[in-house]
Amino acid sequence: MKNWMLGLALVSVIPACVTINIYFPAAAAEKAADKIIDDVWQLKNGAEKPDVNTNEPGTPAAK
Amino acid sequence: MKKILFSLMLLSTLLVSQFVAAAADMEVNTPAISAVKNSMQARHGQLAPFYASGAIGLTKDGYIAVKDANAVPLAQRGGLTGLVKSENADRANLYKEIAQANGHPEWQAEIQSTFAGRWIDKAQSGWWVQGAGGWTQK
Repeated sequence: MKNWMLGLALVSVIPACVTINIYFPAAAAEKAADKIIDDVWQLKNGAEKPDVNTNEPGTPAAK
Repeated sequence: MKKILFSLMLLSTLLVSQFVAAAADMEVNTPAISAVKNSMQARHGQLAPFYASGAIGLTKDGYIAVKDANAVPLAQRGGLTGLVKSENADRANLYKEIAQANGHPEWQAEIQSTFAGRWIDKAQSGWWVQGAGGWTQK
């Protein structure tokens, strides 16, 4: 009886771990892609932040 | 027995909550990613007229390609080929670095296909983009 329950618990937990490892966060990836594309093509910051070119890798991002 | 079950449930809850926190945002602020981004940003000024003339276009796999070499004077074609090559090398590197920065090198292909869709979505009107049926003009 005990072994049966332990087995059931393992069977339900192990696939969950596998799922966690292979899951691709599509929404987060889209958000990241949009941010990078806006930077590379300078789509969102033309008038507001004309100093965008002075952003150096040395300046740590605020967030 | 109940204790074991309870701790297993607790463990799985912890794993799941950790995962949810990690999924909220992707890490894109590493020095390697910034370097590639700056390089691409600097190159974009040179590429922009070629996008506009239809000489190059955005491919469906997240890269760029020469679409119509005849749109470029012969003397500039060598330079354009070099630009496209450097841009694609940067893009490949970008996808790889993002996957690695997030601890999942195996995500590279999915990151690349996500970017492919977003580049095309954000392309300016008049630019050429590659769909399932070939090149179309936005």
